[in-house]
Amino acid sequence: MSVDLNTVKRVAGLARIKVDDEQAEKMTGELNAILGFVEQLDEVNIDGVEPMTSVVEQKMKMREDGQTDGGYADKIVKNAPVSEDNFFMVPKVVE
Amino acid sequence: MTKLVDLTIAEARDKLAAREFTATELTDAYLGEIEKSNKALNAYITVTAEQAREQAKASDERIAAGEARPLEGIPLGIKDLYATKGVHTQACSHILDGFKPEYESTVTQNLWNDGAVMLGKLNMDEFAMGSSNETSFYGNVINPWRRQGSDTALVPGGSSGGSAAAVAGHLCAAATASDTGGSIRQPAALTGTVGIKPTYGRCSRWGMVAFASSLDQAGPIGRTVRDNAILLKSMASVDAKDTTSVDAPVPDYESFIGKSVKGMKIGIPKEYRVDGMPDAINELWQKGIDWLKDAGAEIVEISLPHTKYALPAYYIVAPAEASSNLARYDGVRYGLRVPGNDIIEMYENTRAAGFGDEVKRRVMIGTYVLSAGYYDAYYLKAQKVRTLIKRDFDLAWENGVDAILTPTTPDAAFAPGEITDPVTMYLNDIFTVTANMAGVPGISIPAGLNKDGLPLGLQLIGKPFDEGTLFQVGEVIEQAAGSFKPENWWSK
Repeated sequence: MSVDLNTVKRVAGLARIKVDDEQAEKMTGELNAILGFVEQLDEVNIDGVEPMTSVVEQKMKMREDGQTDGGYADKIVKNAPVSEDNFFMVPKVVE
Repeated sequence: MTKLVDLTIAEARDKLAAREFTATELTDAYLGEIEKSNKALNAYITVTAEQAREQAKASDERIAAGEARPLEGIPLGIKDLYATKGVHTQACSHILDGFKPEYESTVTQNLWNDGAVMLGKLNMDEFAMGSSNETSFYGNVINPWRRQGSDTALVPGGSSGGSAAAVAGHLCAAATASDTGGSIRQPAALTGTVGIKPTYGRCSRWGMVAFASSLDQAGPIGRTVRDNAILLKSMASVDAKDTTSVDAPVPDYESFIGKSVKGMKIGIPKEYRVDGMPDAINELWQKGIDWLKDAGAEIVEISLPHTKYALPAYYIVAPAEASSNLARYDGVRYGLRVPGNDIIEMYENTRAAGFGDEVKRRVMIGTYVLSAGYYDAYYLKAQKVRTLIKRDFDLAWENGVDAILTPTTPDAAFAPGEITDPVTMYLNDIFTVTANMAGVPGISIPAGLNKDGLPLGLQLIGKPFDEGTLFQVGEVIEQAAGSFKPENWWSK
């Protein structure tokens, strides 16, 4: 399978990365080289093979459903580019 | 007299205990070395001198009071992807511009709890995506090693290139690193240092900047096998904040050093003999086999038939997980924000300016293979292949193999800019990536020099949670091979 310029632009949109035409062109070649490389997997017989879900066999740990941490909103927003009254500030999203 | 910065952790520990010098003197020696050398090597991106001196002072008080902990006063460098409270933590990406976490990673907290001293944060490939430390926002790291009679700069490998160069150049006693596809072992091999990727789940991933969560694992890079054993003991722990960390006792790894390997079964996988491999690598591998045979181990040829598919499967699984993990960098909660006309454009502008080319490539591949209609053809298939890769290893263990010996890398260090094609660069991890895909531990030990005088490494792969055996067998190789030190050109 390979990707064309329009697919690359669509994927860039899904990944929320702005690309111009020149970059998209360059990426198309690079992504196709990588996709060509992974195509080797088509040689492998995977009939009846379960997909890997965990490399270490262990039961998912359970814990009490309760609050274990928190109460420091000021620390949470401390690294935000823009914040106000312990809220993250973003451009207007609803009219 | 040996310089303080030339001591291994084990030596420094014993001499500190014997009061031959103080932790403050040791830390000052390293800080002085960093000042003289970092301009040439670019291993550190931030130096925490004040904090280091405070920690060293506290260590001296502990030692005086007879309350020394296992790593008391040992100066370490920390890879920039470990969250360190109030200190630069950006995984060497521009998108985390200015990020200083309000919390400490579990692995680094474990090290401070055991008395270690932090010298600073180490350079790395952006988000650990790279094999040459050329993708860092903070510039290339330079390998202390050069080809004989040449002053051409070489890469230290990656992604833990800063860690490996700092250890090889004696800018820290040892360093933390991390390994998703070979990022501890490949740079260790290219710099003549020792590095271990433990079993998946051995160390907590909490507070490590995530790349591919099912593959990422913390580990040390140090100068000797013993130093790796000492460090891993402190780094490893079960942690309620990481459900994939495993609740199994952490053995005293150092106690494995010096044990005989007589009667052990060492597997030699024929699939690791690839076309076009330099003679030096083949010869070194044979030497490793001979050393272990001489030490009384039994050498058996084994087959790991799905080896060839580990790297292509990795380049589906790792980018897929990365595209998901890196979705959080959107200019809202931390780091860089580049404005736009609306919120979507802000996201797109921020990520375009904040991510480097390699990161963008991998996020794009990951987004594509996970996009509607392609999941089964790519991600699901890759995870099935991964099951087969792990089964290969399981069969070897069932047949009584104790450890597997391979080369660490297909070649020695290369020059910056020498490899520009992404897929060619990916091939650097061809021998290391299998251990990540199967979750098993792997260690790289410097084993010789090529004709240009550059170090090469041998890799030992072990059973899950059997790091002890890797230290035991690894030390036999280390003893037989001797140690390798680059000629100092960098310290001015």
